[in-house]
Amino acid sequence: MRVEQIAVFLENKSGRLAEITEILAENGINIRALSVADTADFGILRLIVNKVDLAQKVLKENGFTVGKTTVIAVEVPDQAGGLAGVLKTVEAEGLNVEYMYAFVNKSGEKAVLIFRFDDMDKAIQLLQKAGLTLLSGEQVCSL
Amino acid sequence: MNMMRVKEIETLPRAGLEAIQLQRLQSLVHRVYKTVAPYREKMDAAGVKPEDIQSLADLKKLPFTTKDDLRDNYPFGLFTVPMDDVVRVHASSGTTGKPTVVGYTRGDIEMWASVMARALSMAGVTKGDMIHNAYGYGLFTGGLGAHYGAEYLGATVIPVSGGNTKRQITIMRDFGSTVLLATPSYALNLADAMIDAGVDPEDLKLRVGIHGAEPWSENMREEVERKLGIRAVDIYGLSEVIGPGVAMECLETDRGMHILEDHFLPEIVDPDTFEPLPYGEPGELVFTTLTKEAFPIIRYRTKDLSRLIAEPCRCGRTLVRMEKVTGRTDDMLIIRGVNVFPSQVEHVLMGVEGVEPHYQIEVNREGNLDTMDVLVEVSEQVFSDEIKVLENLTRKIQVEIKDLLGVTARVKLVEPRTIKRSEGKAQRVIDNRKL
Repeated sequence: MRVEQIAVFLENKSGRLAEITEILAENGINIRALSVADTADFGILRLIVNKVDLAQKVLKENGFTVGKTTVIAVEVPDQAGGLAGVLKTVEAEGLNVEYMYAFVNKSGEKAVLIFRFDDMDKAIQLLQKAGLTLLSGEQVCSL
Repeated sequence: MNMMRVKEIETLPRAGLEAIQLQRLQSLVHRVYKTVAPYREKMDAAGVKPEDIQSLADLKKLPFTTKDDLRDNYPFGLFTVPMDDVVRVHASSGTTGKPTVVGYTRGDIEMWASVMARALSMAGVTKGDMIHNAYGYGLFTGGLGAHYGAEYLGATVIPVSGGNTKRQITIMRDFGSTVLLATPSYALNLADAMIDAGVDPEDLKLRVGIHGAEPWSENMREEVERKLGIRAVDIYGLSEVIGPGVAMECLETDRGMHILEDHFLPEIVDPDTFEPLPYGEPGELVFTTLTKEAFPIIRYRTKDLSRLIAEPCRCGRTLVRMEKVTGRTDDMLIIRGVNVFPSQVEHVLMGVEGVEPHYQIEVNREGNLDTMDVLVEVSEQVFSDEIKVLENLTRKIQVEIKDLLGVTARVKLVEPRTIKRSEGKAQRVIDNRKL
């Protein structure tokens, strides 16, 4: 139960993020979730979109360095302790979170947590065993 | 050092000097032809025999030697003596991964010390001086070359080497240094550090600074002289010829450095046709060593642009002068005194898996120190959605550049195609230094 994610290399210069979102808009691609990780010199934009392959193609055509990776989307009730429960499950087994970001679905009842773990297969196994709801890419985009 | 003898040599009438040069050249050519296969092969290919060198004008019949020859015969292939007779080696940057290696016999070390001592005395340095030698000690010829020259002269030498600026200032003040040997940029750095430390250069005993190993302008000279309250003079040398002590500015000259011509025979050639040019014409500087034993070199193309000045100098020396080097015929950069070829950076990048050799080198002077940024385009192969992976990559490139070139570079990842390509060919170097 993995979700495809697009990552784009960003040099720290103004206007790059706007350019990417415009390219996606022009191609009718909807961004469901995103995060930007940055250092002093560069950034990485991570996106979950409804048309992954098209997004990768058009960004590449526009000269961006694009990578496709998979992440795990966990749905939790949007209430105190939601994230803590998930982290407790995986950290007890020694797994590390490489990065994560989150968004709340439209109805506002559920939160979706996007994770990249150092050991993805084991993480999926543990989370499923703990009875947590993992979403597919389609499910994430149709929320 | 026998100053009478030095004066005699340095003020010889040209005919007398040229007779010495010719005799030494002939003996050198016979020796390398006999002992070094690569030289013999090149001379045979050019159809020239040692006997063909009947005058100094015949020098032009001999093939040139370039850095490529040194690389092809790496490390010791051009040495003329058995390794048992080699007492020291030095190395400088090659154009790719391999350094350029040079060797010295005991006699070479002695000769080098003597020319360096003569160079020092051209700047008015005597055995009574306290010489603060801030050139780097190690494979680089600067530190040890200057050191042996200072000892040969009988002066007191402080082998302080580079770095640790605060301690340098303390030593300079407490030991009473009178002569500073340093790259011009480091001399300026020292001057600024003194001001920061509340030390007035006027309170020091410094009298003269001898600066080389990197390009510097007349403006920089004025700045060094003003800030440190000293006379700043220019010195020239390169490891392929011997190291520091090939040419030196005297205190009387209005321009140019005296070449120690009884040991190093200079020529200026057209950088395109390689035809020898008369005195006064600008071109590429070429040197033949006349007295070296382990690693003599014939018609070495330095790729430094200069011109030779034949007019007699006010100091009375008849040695020809070379003008301050005005540029290079290749793309070599000098960063904080270290020779850097863009091809070396390319070599490092090619060695890192997935990295494409799309790069650009940006050189700036921040304060008095040169900085080098290496911009590397991020390819899909090395790109990752994790910050730490990309940071590890920049660190790895940085470490390998430092290992190979001896220079710390800032590595910056940039988006693909951000490095401008002109006519399909990328511009590799942007040098923003105002020299």
